[in-house]
Amino acid sequence: MSSAETGSTGTVGPVGPVGPVGPTGGVHPAPARTPSPWWSLGLLRSELVTTFRRWRTLALLGVLAAVPVLVGVAVKIETGDGSSAGGAGGEGPAFIAQITNNGLFLVFTALAATLPFFLPMAIGVIAGDAIAGEANAGTLRYLLVAPAGRARLLLVKYATTAVFCLVATLVVAASALAVGALLFPLGDVTTISGTRIGLAEGLGRALLIALVVAASLLGVAALGLFVSTMTNSGIAAMATTVGLLITVQILDQLPQLDALQPYFFSHYWLSFADLLRDPVHWDDLLRNLGLQVVYAAVFGSAAWARFTSRDVTA
Amino acid sequence: MTQCEDLAAAYYGGKAHMAPFKSDDSATTGETGRTAEAGNVRGGRRRAARYVVPVTVVGVAAATIGLVPAFAGSGDPDLPEVTAQELIEKIAASDVQQLSGTVKISTDLGLPDLGGLESSLGAGGRAGSEGGSTADPSARLTELVTGTHTVRVAADGAGKQKLSLLDEAAEYSVIHNGDDVWAYDSGSNEVYHATGAAAGTTTGGDSGTEGGTDDGVPHGKSGSVPEDVPTTPRELAEEALKAADDTTSVSVDGTAQVAGRDAYKLLIEPKQAGSTVGAISVAVDAETGLPLKFTLTPASGGAAVVDAGFTKVDFSAPSAATFDFTPPKGAKVTEAEDIAPEGAGARDSGQLPKPDQRQGGKSAAGGPEGMKVIGEGWSSVAAFDTGGEGLSEKSSGNGDLDGIVNSLGDEVSGEFGSGTVFSTRLVNVLVTDDGKAYAGAVTKDALVKVANEDR
Repeated sequence: MSSAETGSTGTVGPVGPVGPVGPTGGVHPAPARTPSPWWSLGLLRSELVTTFRRWRTLALLGVLAAVPVLVGVAVKIETGDGSSAGGAGGEGPAFIAQITNNGLFLVFTALAATLPFFLPMAIGVIAGDAIAGEANAGTLRYLLVAPAGRARLLLVKYATTAVFCLVATLVVAASALAVGALLFPLGDVTTISGTRIGLAEGLGRALLIALVVAASLLGVAALGLFVSTMTNSGIAAMATTVGLLITVQILDQLPQLDALQPYFFSHYWLSFADLLRDPVHWDDLLRNLGLQVVYAAVFGSAAWARFTSRDVTA
Repeated sequence: MTQCEDLAAAYYGGKAHMAPFKSDDSATTGETGRTAEAGNVRGGRRRAARYVVPVTVVGVAAATIGLVPAFAGSGDPDLPEVTAQELIEKIAASDVQQLSGTVKISTDLGLPDLGGLESSLGAGGRAGSEGGSTADPSARLTELVTGTHTVRVAADGAGKQKLSLLDEAAEYSVIHNGDDVWAYDSGSNEVYHATGAAAGTTTGGDSGTEGGTDDGVPHGKSGSVPEDVPTTPRELAEEALKAADDTTSVSVDGTAQVAGRDAYKLLIEPKQAGSTVGAISVAVDAETGLPLKFTLTPASGGAAVVDAGFTKVDFSAPSAATFDFTPPKGAKVTEAEDIAPEGAGARDSGQLPKPDQRQGGKSAAGGPEGMKVIGEGWSSVAAFDTGGEGLSEKSSGNGDLDGIVNSLGDEVSGEFGSGTVFSTRLVNVLVTDDGKAYAGAVTKDALVKVANEDR
């Protein structure tokens, strides 16, 4: 690429042999140009192991797991005297009034409580750290020395973040289910439309909701990855991502902006509750998923454009 | 160099395939061997070229969002011509017993957003009537008066209807199944239950979907559902057609696609001057004669005041389980009889105004005794004596309240004296300083004229 990189490859040396092998073909070009697909999987695995071994990641997951415990214990204490949670007006997070009757609703309440802030903040930390953190620690150039390619490295980083989205959501859901089962009775689930479904189907819907919530976070993940390719400071990338997240959430509340709001990545986040209607109301759910795909495509390709063309000096 | 190898190997757990130090990244290899200068120029251009990709993605997404609805809305269906008379007969003969669908209702009366005020008033009302419930239909269906709402309807014959108001992460359902009427508010987990006779009057919202039962509409409307909250296109259409006489022009205005079905458009326009109603358009399903969409545009132009229409409709029988309801464990159930007896009595005996009265002045529904209707058709105005001293500034010592009230209205004066006009996009109300009130879907000038003649 640029002089800076040529300089670095010059000092690193091993890249030298690439020249003769180059586009004109060499002694054995084919195996070098198309590494087996398992290579990416190996890279992904090592990325996953690195990410999930970090104390930072484990601490984030710990905080997420604690939220349902807090909500569950608070509801248990509040309703100890027989009063209903959330008051008569239905205040508080969604579904909170039903927790005392069915512990499964703690899963929905916990997801509704963590989705606006805790979950995307955790994603912002992981995604913002993905490239900028490596650059900050000085390990990015060694990652690029490996025959993975920048586009592939970026893809692996995004896949790692997506896996974290899923794991984080499932941690919240599993913790909520455990606490809910421990503190409250489980049983048939009354959908918000008033119809009744069995516990097994209720659990199935809870899993589906967890998957939808995880997918809802893909837009933030792509945004964070893009920000991460812009800077060499992991902290700056995380702060920018979380700052953007808060800004968008605030703008989503302003009635003057209602023409723009359907295009904010967080606008349809609470639509996961539509899975608890009977029949399921798909309109907003599909809009939400489509919006996440658009955000992932736009910011993913922007991250690719930035990352494959920038000078890597760290 | 060796240090670097070690680090890389350590990062990847010393995998064997680390050995070839060849990159498949074209950006890295492609530049090798060029002079630095040429590489910089070309590299800069290539760098910029890469940003074409995200820009293209944004463009494609924007084009899709912008154009798909435009294409979907184009192409009015080709249907045999009908006269207005035939179309109205088609509506009258419509006998849709089974359907399920989604209705979107947007109301823009030009009122300030009452969100907070509404709920605080609601809370006050609830506190006033002991044993009230947030699941009481009369308390909840007034929400439809402002904003945009999605409502699901399902019906299977005269005995089974369901109406669900979709909130964010919550739903309010009214289920009529045989002798039972259940209302369930999932947000507060409260249930309202009525049986027998009461059941007939609380399903006003559903009656429009009943189809053939001609008397179903007025009966349904006389229940606890507030006046002027029509919830289905059919109900709205009947309301509009009631007024069709020599004061009104009714015509067929082409065809349209509504909820994926071919429909005729019936256009209803007032002939009289002074009405604030510009036009009412009703889309009627060509096959079943069911009104699918209702739009009321004001004479002053701008967005529709009321726009209610199916976004999805299915004429097959809904599954029987749709109409089953068992109160969830732990839900607070309020029986209709338990609510303060005098309140229930008032609800049952003190029916809402008769249809002729409604026609006279929609805004005056439930008005006090002594109300009279001046004029006829679209320009009719309801007049009543409030018995008070009006809203003149010297009338009460409560200066703050007077200031607020007066800031909402416009001062007018004429032969009748002087007064204040409160305006919405559809209904204007004139309160004179000597305590008389005139209300109607007419312009401010027409209202003043009526007041002058009433002297």
